[in-house]
Amino acid sequence: MQARVRLPLGLGDVAVWQALGLLAIIALFVLYPVVDRNIGHVSAVADAGYFLLLVFGLNIVVGFAGLLDLGYAAFFAIGAYTYAMVASTQFNLHFNFWPMIIVSGCVAALFGVILGFPTLRLRGDYLAIVTLGFGEIVPQVFLNLDKYTGGPNGISNVDQPVLFGYHFGFNPVPYYYLYLVVALIALVLLNNLRRSRLGRAWMAIREDELAATHMGVNPVTTKLLAFAMGASFAGLAGCIYAAKLTLISPDEFNFSVSVTILSAIVLGGMGSLLGAFIGGLLLALLNFMVLPQVTNWTHALGVALHNEAIQNADLHYIIYGLILVLVMLFRPEGLISTASRRAELHHAQPSTSAAAAGVK
Amino acid sequence: MYALIALGYTMVYGIVELINFAHGDVFTLGTFLCIAILGLIGVSASGQVIGGWEGALIALLVIVLAALLCGVIGVLIERFAYRRLRNAPRLAPLITAIGVSFLLQGVMRNWKGPSEISFPQFLPNPTFAFGGVHIDFREGLVVIVSVVMMIALQFFIYNTKLGKAMRASAQDREAAALMGINVNSTIAWTFFIGSALAGIAGFISGMYFGTTMFTNGYQAGLKAFTAAVLGGIGNIAGAMLGGFVIGIVEAMTAQYISDQWTNVVVFSILVLILVLRPSGLLGEHLPEKV
Amino acid sequence: MSAPLLAIEGLTKRFGGLTAVKDFTMEVEEGSISSLIGPNGAGKSTVFNVITGIYLPSAGDIRLGGVSIVGRKPFQVAAAGIMRTFQNIRLFAFMTVIENVMVGEQTRMHATPIDSALRTPRAQREERAVSERAMELLDFVGLSAHADEWAHDLPYGMQRRLEIARAIASGPRVLLLDEPAAGTNPVEKRELMALVRSIRDRGVTIVLIEHDMKLVMGISDRVTVLDHGEKISEGDPQSVRHDPRVIEAYLGKGA
Repeated sequence: MQARVRLPLGLGDVAVWQALGLLAIIALFVLYPVVDRNIGHVSAVADAGYFLLLVFGLNIVVGFAGLLDLGYAAFFAIGAYTYAMVASTQFNLHFNFWPMIIVSGCVAALFGVILGFPTLRLRGDYLAIVTLGFGEIVPQVFLNLDKYTGGPNGISNVDQPVLFGYHFGFNPVPYYYLYLVVALIALVLLNNLRRSRLGRAWMAIREDELAATHMGVNPVTTKLLAFAMGASFAGLAGCIYAAKLTLISPDEFNFSVSVTILSAIVLGGMGSLLGAFIGGLLLALLNFMVLPQVTNWTHALGVALHNEAIQNADLHYIIYGLILVLVMLFRPEGLISTASRRAELHHAQPSTSAAAAGVK
Repeated sequence: MYALIALGYTMVYGIVELINFAHGDVFTLGTFLCIAILGLIGVSASGQVIGGWEGALIALLVIVLAALLCGVIGVLIERFAYRRLRNAPRLAPLITAIGVSFLLQGVMRNWKGPSEISFPQFLPNPTFAFGGVHIDFREGLVVIVSVVMMIALQFFIYNTKLGKAMRASAQDREAAALMGINVNSTIAWTFFIGSALAGIAGFISGMYFGTTMFTNGYQAGLKAFTAAVLGGIGNIAGAMLGGFVIGIVEAMTAQYISDQWTNVVVFSILVLILVLRPSGLLGEHLPEKV
Repeated sequence: MSAPLLAIEGLTKRFGGLTAVKDFTMEVEEGSISSLIGPNGAGKSTVFNVITGIYLPSAGDIRLGGVSIVGRKPFQVAAAGIMRTFQNIRLFAFMTVIENVMVGEQTRMHATPIDSALRTPRAQREERAVSERAMELLDFVGLSAHADEWAHDLPYGMQRRLEIARAIASGPRVLLLDEPAAGTNPVEKRELMALVRSIRDRGVTIVLIEHDMKLVMGISDRVTVLDHGEKISEGDPQSVRHDPRVIEAYLGKGA
């Protein structure tokens, strides 16, 4: 029998080598900016931070509670704008960043409840569409109310955080650590929730809402909590995002953002926290580092071959779309999932003769 | 015009229970294809007007070609991207559809560039006066084509063997298979027709608006989906009705409030309908069995 | 005679033009095992559905311990102490066996979301207590070896037992079993009968819907017969079995 270690903070029992591995990974993350001095890289990896937070938040709604939300970026926008409006030259208000993180989260959570309310009685697909509608309406509203929100140009000159006199400025390193800390806290919280009364209530609703209510789960409060908590993560991420970028505009919060986050969860394996983390990380790297790099390469290739078409080609979406389709075709259950789900999905071939033979 | 796209959506959803995100992009593709075809024939965006029979003939040719091509593309998409996932939980095919949508958009972006391109306005555009109301030819064309298509589709669904097969598959896929209906081919045909309709809509849109862009599909697709839901998903006449209502709402909002708010209004309607009356105006109510 | 624990009085349920249940009255004594039988489509499941709050009765009353529970939502009915199983087993497929049972204890848990997220000592204590009780219940139905498997992976007979374990997890006063023997072989049926009896011995009042006559006759204290939504007979198993109206309902007229 291997010796087992009880991890703190409720992370469970793991074998010794797993605990050491975890320590190594954390050390890696902590030391990364020291090792890689390239500011561009650090900034991109830091950006993966907000992406991961978004993935965690959406994982509550979609992964735990099984509520398909296609408009998640709306909460991200709400968080970002909440901070930006009170901490920039827009109204010349300059609220402090640190409490605003919490405030942004709360405002987003409020809107999460507002969105959640009408969806309570809706079935899967309709739920998705309503959330999609919301996801379209919110950025559009931000676009239109240009007196308050700066319209298509958005809000610029957003304040940057100051911690005990240290100005974050344009150096991505402090933001990186901020994201790291917040992400780790989020991870622990999420893990706790999963093995708790609320977490099981969410999963029960996801699996079979009717049976869940018969076991005493209050569907209304449970779903609203999922929306609210999920949204709060996005709001939080939005606040930090606005501070780092110092400039936000409505088209940064469109549908493709919502979709990307959703696909990270699906790619990583629905419901699995670790899967969400890995899926999120991979997709973030893909979108922020790899694909822009590919564009550079094709550009260079086009210049070399004197071919204008290749030079101007933007393969980002094509490759991204292809990846989505291919992964769904060959591994629809995601990277990390259970054997039974894999079996379920791989046997889901449209063979109607098999259905005829089986007895329901 | 939204009606045409909405028809495609409603058809596919009714049978396969899949919200085909890529549908809107097939529509845009249709417009692009029309431009390409017209270019091949020699009609360019130079503003020349070809009237009379020649113009009508060219229009017909282009419409038919575009419809066929789009139809084929639709079938291909279904065959390669969607078929394997037909029994998977709802999320997987949705992501795939989104992937296809991105793919199509990416292709179009590379084909014709990221900015607006113009559509050759080669048909004459006289204005007709009906007792005080001015309608120009293009508007009339849109309406006429839509209505004709709807009637044709309605007839087809209810009176032909294939149409009946579609309705049967929509209600209960397994039972339909047991009855000897070739479900795969029925679904393929559904996609074909739906996509062909989108292609036709692409032509109409090009004629009417004069320009197009690779991102058109997404917006138009969403609004068309709103229309389909408004009319009751799975219901053909409903999709038509929904399409018209959305079109009117859009026009009125643009007129009385402002251009900017049209999207918000349309999508708010979407949300409201789904919350208050998920079965749409003409749809059926599907209760859950315990 | 003491007041019945569960009293259904004059229950009528209409769906549009169809009357599924008509003026149905039934009283269930505390600590008894009652069965509700009748040909298919007689309205038995509808009665269960009204009791648990899925449907609102068109007329009539349902009282638990003398208090009317009409109008309560299913989760409130569960909190009041009525739990059920389903005709087509409704387990939480992609949760583990023990997690399924723990969900059954929802109404007994008090941890707030904050407690849960922060893993306060109070939450931890409660979690431990809940999982211990869940293990004890799994032991009771003989599934403790499978505690960490996915519910989805269990064979049919075990899934049925799991659903029952989940239903009694909160210590309900009344347990409604909807065709618990469906699809089981004779061995499993005998085990089921023993299980039902031992559940009753734990203090739970049981109402069953069932088609298997041997099972019904074997464990029921009282049998009520429903046909086309109306009660046509009621009493102890032997007298109901020989009631000509019951025989006619099952076999049809002119036998």
